Amino acid sequence: MGISRLLSHLLLACCVLWPGHALSQVEDTEAQQLLTALADSSFAEKKAVVNRIASSGDDRARYWLESFGANKLGRLEASGQFIIVLSNRGRNWTVEDALTRENLGEISRRDIDTIRVNNALRNELEGILSVIDLKSPDEDQRLTAARALKGSVSGTLAERLPELIEAEESASVSEALTEALAIYKVEEQGDIAAVATLSGSLNSEARAALQQAMRSDDVALAAAAAKAMDSIEQKLKLNRAAETLYFGLSLGSVLVLAAIGLAITFGVMGVINMAHGELIMLGAYTTWGMQQLLPGQPGLALLLSIPAGFLVAALAGIAIERSVIQHLKGRPLETLLATFGVSLILQQLVRTVISPLNRTVITPDWMSGSLMINEALSLTLNRLYVIGFALVVFAGLMLIMRKTRLGLDVRAVTQNRAMARSMGIKATKVDILTFGLGSGVAGLAGVALSQITNVGPNLGQSYIIDSFMVVVFGGVGNLWGTLLAGLSLGTINQLLEPWAGAVLAKILVLVLIILFIQKRPRGLFPQKGRAAEG
Amino acid sequence: MWLTRPLRERSTQLFLGVLFAALIVVTALHLLMPQDSALYVSSYTVTLLGKYLCYALLAVAVDLVWGYLGILSLGHGAFFALGGYAMGMYLMRQIGDRGVYGDPLLPDFMVFLNWDALPWYWQGFDMAWFAFIMVLLAPGLLALVFGFLAFRSRVTGVYLSIITQALTFALMLAFFRNEMGFGGNNGLTDFKDLLGFDLRTDATRLGLFLATGIALAIGYVVCRGIVTSKLGRVSVACRDAEARTRFLGYRVERVQLFVFVVSAMLAGVAGALYVPQVGIINPSEFSPLFSIEIVVWVALGGRATLYGAVIGAILVNYGKTVFTGIMPDAWLFALGGLFVLVTVFLPKGIAGLLFDRKKTKEEPDTPAQEATA
Repeated sequence: MGISRLLSHLLLACCVLWPGHALSQVEDTEAQQLLTALADSSFAEKKAVVNRIASSGDDRARYWLESFGANKLGRLEASGQFIIVLSNRGRNWTVEDALTRENLGEISRRDIDTIRVNNALRNELEGILSVIDLKSPDEDQRLTAARALKGSVSGTLAERLPELIEAEESASVSEALTEALAIYKVEEQGDIAAVATLSGSLNSEARAALQQAMRSDDVALAAAAAKAMDSIEQKLKLNRAAETLYFGLSLGSVLVLAAIGLAITFGVMGVINMAHGELIMLGAYTTWGMQQLLPGQPGLALLLSIPAGFLVAALAGIAIERSVIQHLKGRPLETLLATFGVSLILQQLVRTVISPLNRTVITPDWMSGSLMINEALSLTLNRLYVIGFALVVFAGLMLIMRKTRLGLDVRAVTQNRAMARSMGIKATKVDILTFGLGSGVAGLAGVALSQITNVGPNLGQSYIIDSFMVVVFGGVGNLWGTLLAGLSLGTINQLLEPWAGAVLAKILVLVLIILFIQKRPRGLFPQKGRAAEG
Repeated sequence: MWLTRPLRERSTQLFLGVLFAALIVVTALHLLMPQDSALYVSSYTVTLLGKYLCYALLAVAVDLVWGYLGILSLGHGAFFALGGYAMGMYLMRQIGDRGVYGDPLLPDFMVFLNWDALPWYWQGFDMAWFAFIMVLLAPGLLALVFGFLAFRSRVTGVYLSIITQALTFALMLAFFRNEMGFGGNNGLTDFKDLLGFDLRTDATRLGLFLATGIALAIGYVVCRGIVTSKLGRVSVACRDAEARTRFLGYRVERVQLFVFVVSAMLAGVAGALYVPQVGIINPSEFSPLFSIEIVVWVALGGRATLYGAVIGAILVNYGKTVFTGIMPDAWLFALGGLFVLVTVFLPKGIAGLLFDRKKTKEEPDTPAQEATA
């Protein structure tokens, strides 16, 4: 604060020392003339001046006019210097030079004459500003301006739009402009030809215009509008279905992430790990911890917490395996109880050591926001990343199980422990590694979950039952089954939600699974052969 | 007669003797001792002990299916809560127009939700006999349907455990909904009287405590009767070698279904006795954590003994009362530690520790693996 103040004073001093410096260019004198004209003319004349400024081709014209519309263009009484008000709180206003954009520091508001504007001029300005934007050389800027125009085209602008459309090179911009013009025509003039242009548009303003047209007295217009509306509804329905599918896949990928580690420990090793949810929680807390260690760099922290979360959860998992589970081999029900006890301890540990309250994990910039497919459908980026992450993790696990020595050993021990041991495989070592792998994947799930839900001590608990359902539904010991089961359960849940409500949808899914188990007690993809008997 | 046989057993006689002696001592200390005496048992303590006895009955029910049938139910809290809700509905109807809103027919929460009529499933709960039948029927029917579906398709072991947990989880979510008509989040509370007796008087509390003790005694004898009958032997056979029992010609799923339903009904009775003593029933009784806690009572006491379940339930809950009183944070550590220690170091529980003399051969602690059998 102090330094920036000092700098602005210095700048002010510069201006005072060389007053001619900023105004020495020819262009600036011209600009000075234009602004003086704007300041001194009557409201009736100002319109013409505004147009002159707009067509001057000056880069700064937009800024001047925008400030003028917002009552922020002014003139210093003493020097006649044009300024733009940056902050108008208190007695002294912070201003900058309108021509050079140099910060002039604070100036008493009594020394400033704001150039007055009225509502008629403001309306005019809006159209003129849009035209300036639409003439900008930057295509993105033109597109944004064209989109913003939908539903807010004024009469004067509408007259100029056809020539702008004519001159436009980019197809998407001219399309947006055509639509904006059509909305204007339908709304203000009841143009039937324009109705046809709007059919199939997903813009809400277009729908509002059509709805207005449907109520009009003109029968032909109302019929045309109704027809256009029908086609829009169809398209919207498709988009909504796509959105539901997206949410379903997103929820499903979360389930897959949470369940896939379980599929390894439960499916491959036959060990029920009720503390799996808490391993997920540990992964999420690792992300939080990383962000605490690297403040201001949430993105880097998130990337680093992928290996860190894996390691933390894997080590915790191995510790659980060594201290508890190995003593309970062949007693699945006891393993279930003991690991449940471990989960209680871990939860309470987090509550006591960190906090019983939820922690905030920051979503880095490149993960927030959404990907706009069209005007009715946009996909939130963080969920998109989670879907991608789930698939990558799944593919990685598949590779490990199919292509590596560890995977081979794991499959051998699963199928026949005694035989595998007699072939020289160290079963205990395989157990530890498998459990570490499954737990580590739970940690990865936690890292992903920290981006889409609250990170708190109960995080794991809320996923454990769902994860078991996914594994049981998919068929124990089958990773493909887990993937398919997770994605389909997520989608079914999202499909049911609109008409049943979130809670009832969840209950229905649970009931569906219980009924499904009736038909196929071993899940979608049951194990075959000798392994199934174990 | 299968019910009188256990009465001739020494262990049952011993159990009933200790139980009745305890009931009499507590009653005597409560009624006869002056209030300032160190030996006086306050009516708060009486109710607390009554609560423990409810838990003990619930634990006996769980031990019946886990210890003698080999089914680890992680959803017995659901049956307990259903029995409790049936009793709660009766108690709610008994409030009549004494509620906050004074509606003669509708319970307060329904008035609050702007309902204008009693839902159909609340009909009949103003009659005590109907409510008491529902205490048995509601959990019994749920267990019948669920058990029929599960056992018919031979869902056993960990799968069954997980599914029972999902069942109670689903019910918890359902009962949390206001639209269900069971008071939502807050459950049913603010009870006034039971069968005309004011629930707040010491005499009613003592009566409820004694009733619970008697219910526990009856429940114990019923379970013991089942366990020592031929059916009980078949059920133990199902536990140890399900496939082999099936090959011998027994209808395993019918045995499992019968025992499971009886156990669910016992749990329902425990819930029904629990509600008037604690004065509230809400969906938290459905929480998976509660159901799994019950299992640890049984595991601590020693399974397949029945009396072990009673000891475990009382001990753990006493510990819970003490712990949550002095250091609430430590309770979950203690409970979690208990889970681990009992399963790893005390597979036969306290009962095993105390009475494990010579019958090591007969004690089939771990269900033998089918594949190796």
